[in-house]
Amino acid sequence: MRHLLTTKHLSRDAAIQILDVAEDMADVANREVKKLPALRGKTVVNLFFEDSTRTRISFEAAAKRLSADVINFSAKGSSVSKGESLKDTAQTLAAMGADAVVIRHQSSGAPQVLAESGWIDAPIVNAGDGTHEHPTQALLDAFTMRRRLYNGQSRGRDLDGVGVVIVGDILHSRVARSNLWLLETLGAHVTFVAPATLVPLGAETWPVAISYDLDATLAAEKPDVVMMLRIQSERMNAAFFPNAREYSREWGLDDVRFAALPTDTIVMHPGPMNRGLEISAAAADSAQSTVLEQVTNGVSIRMAALYLLLSGDREALL
Amino acid sequence: MARVVLSQADMQRALTRIAHEILESNKGAADLVILGIPTRGVYLAQRIAAIIQRIEPEATATVPGSGSAMVGALDATMYRDDLSRGRTRTPSPTQIPSGGVDGKTVVLVDDVLYSGRTIRAALDALNDIGRPRVVRLAVLIDRGHRELPIRADFVGKNLPTSTDERINVRLAELDGVEEVSIENRAAEHPEADTARGPGTSTSAPSTSEATS
Repeated sequence: MRHLLTTKHLSRDAAIQILDVAEDMADVANREVKKLPALRGKTVVNLFFEDSTRTRISFEAAAKRLSADVINFSAKGSSVSKGESLKDTAQTLAAMGADAVVIRHQSSGAPQVLAESGWIDAPIVNAGDGTHEHPTQALLDAFTMRRRLYNGQSRGRDLDGVGVVIVGDILHSRVARSNLWLLETLGAHVTFVAPATLVPLGAETWPVAISYDLDATLAAEKPDVVMMLRIQSERMNAAFFPNAREYSREWGLDDVRFAALPTDTIVMHPGPMNRGLEISAAAADSAQSTVLEQVTNGVSIRMAALYLLLSGDREALL
Repeated sequence: MARVVLSQADMQRALTRIAHEILESNKGAADLVILGIPTRGVYLAQRIAAIIQRIEPEATATVPGSGSAMVGALDATMYRDDLSRGRTRTPSPTQIPSGGVDGKTVVLVDDVLYSGRTIRAALDALNDIGRPRVVRLAVLIDRGHRELPIRADFVGKNLPTSTDERINVRLAELDGVEEVSIENRAAEHPEADTARGPGTSTSAPSTSEATS
């Protein structure tokens, strides 16, 4: 694996390899010494052009557990706010000896530009770009599903036949896109549920069922997994729905809808949650909710991704 | 042509002798933890543990959960000194018995002892898991060519080799047959993978000796 930019081109075997390595990484968290020496002497740069707490901290924890050195770079308060271009930033990082770059950017495709431009010869990990992709989130979601569904027997397994309903702001959601490509590769079938205004143009050509009615979908599909997406108020610059209460009533996982779900349905949310808007507190805090597991698993998945990207002879991958 | 140096019966006898030697040096089966190094070391460790239980059923019966309480697996991939060379290595599961390793006699088990680098990595991995009272090393084959000051305590067979030769350990669980053979890879595979230096003899099954 040379870069991790998207889940779209990840093969089934490559995806399962990442998930399996993450199982081994997860075991490290239960040991006395929660650290592995695998990336000793490597420098991982977290290049964050967009606000993020959990993803940045998760990547930082992952790199540190593998004994890598971490440099955090956020656009606010850096030379980017003075107008430095991505090219100059990348070349500066290369000159400092960055061995891997984890990038989050508000523009879709920025990580790919970094990977293909030749400005820096290091593995690039996409930590979320615009409305495009967020591959490590999809991997940690698949990892969480696999662990819950197969209880400790998850190594080597795919998600064949698993039904996943993803609800909410599909239009702006890189999480939904990355999840769709990965889940499809792993054999799950995905349904998007959203107000028509929040379904992206062209989504009908994707390998996904699209519905506008949450109650009908939950009743018909009987999904194994219900994934609620955050209503991204920072991107709600147009009137996508009349108001928050109406959204919550039609597309939120409220107490009534949650109570109607079978007790083995997994409830997921990538966080941060808007409690009371897309998910009720009862649903978020229930035993069916994997919200905190997703955070824990995120570190394991990112350890696996960094390990697979940074070990081995890079020339051999060309 | 590969030459068979240990048959199934020879392997069984060697493992039985190793099991007796372990019990003798440990003065019984108390506080014994046997950890195999993946891939083939894990199966050898399970066999040695099974033989020990057969020899001393009353000593091992006190351990709750019988067999699984004594035997486990220790993956050393993340502790190797060659991670940034060659292909990317996929780790294998580490499985430590529920009693842990603190204060125990840990016997590491591997199939072939060559450069000693895998064992060095395994010792580092063990260090991060706990603090055993003593650590011993049991190997089925010692083929020489050590690159580190490491020595096995229990050896199935000493097999002087040239570095051109290759030792194939085949186990019923993975390979369907049970034997140890030796072949000259310089003569037969001039294009053989030169990245496979010493110490790589316990790599994942996909690239194992058996596939050649």
